Amino acid sequence: MPTFYGTEVSSALMLGTAGYPSPAILAEAFRASGAGIATVSLRRETGGGQDFWALIRDLGTRILPNTAGCHTVREAVTTAQMAREVFDTPWIKLEVIGHADSLQPDPFALVEAASILTADGFQVFPYCTEDLIVCEHLLDAGCEVLMPWGAPIGSGLGLNNRYGLRALRAHFPDVPLVVDAGIGLPSHAAAAMEMGFDAVLLNTAVAKAGDPAGMARAMALAIEAGTAAHAADPMEPRDMAAPSTPLIGKAFL
Amino acid sequence: MKITINGTPHDLRATTVAEALEEAGFTGKLATALNGDFVPAGLRATTALTEGAALEVLAPMQGG
Repeated sequence: MPTFYGTEVSSALMLGTAGYPSPAILAEAFRASGAGIATVSLRRETGGGQDFWALIRDLGTRILPNTAGCHTVREAVTTAQMAREVFDTPWIKLEVIGHADSLQPDPFALVEAASILTADGFQVFPYCTEDLIVCEHLLDAGCEVLMPWGAPIGSGLGLNNRYGLRALRAHFPDVPLVVDAGIGLPSHAAAAMEMGFDAVLLNTAVAKAGDPAGMARAMALAIEAGTAAHAADPMEPRDMAAPSTPLIGKAFL
Repeated sequence: MKITINGTPHDLRATTVAEALEEAGFTGKLATALNGDFVPAGLRATTALTEGAALEVLAPMQGG
């Protein structure tokens, strides 16, 4: 099971808490998923925050607060400080968004914010692209886990750059890597685990499924299958056919 | 004292962040920021408000 900042979690599935049809369905989906980590956010208190907090506590998972929606270093750092106090954890999923349509990270602001936060004792989970150099800089800034996107947040497109993700895995064999965002189907999650990723973080694929608990279970099974497949050392693909049935002994007819 | 809380104008007797929270009726699991800077819970009682200040009061919410 993945270990982040010295803490082993019970599942390679990290599940978001947004967009479910109801709190009861959210709880049902979490039970079905076996997720070890729940992502949460901070928003202006309008009356629902305390009920949500009670619901999250009852899930029994670890909490990973995010800085979703932050576009500047200052916003992200202040949000992280507020989240650390509210959720009583040094963990922070650091998002610094660079573009409103693609929601892709601003890598420059991300590295700067990560540097400030790690110096302040945070354990940063950066939502990043699969760019090797950005990832190098994030590690230099003190991050001990990387969370490259599979595809834009909420798109469900899967792993848009398998080559880049494979290269990242090969380049950082000892760094916990999480595919965060873009997962739409269990096959996408399985593919990430087959490549040797340590975990998958998803939300919309489960929350917006017709049957969120059913999809949560499917994701858990896919992640289990992908993990087992990676451990079993998959064959190398090849372009030409190779007969699996022996040619020796074939009859002359 | 005229300040905004979560973007809404308020006219309060409060002179500190802690008093503003109490006067506006906020309770529970909350975090505060004043003019963009985090105000830890332990400093709310001694953090003074100024005219026109922007207070943000955040609570746990759904997130991905």
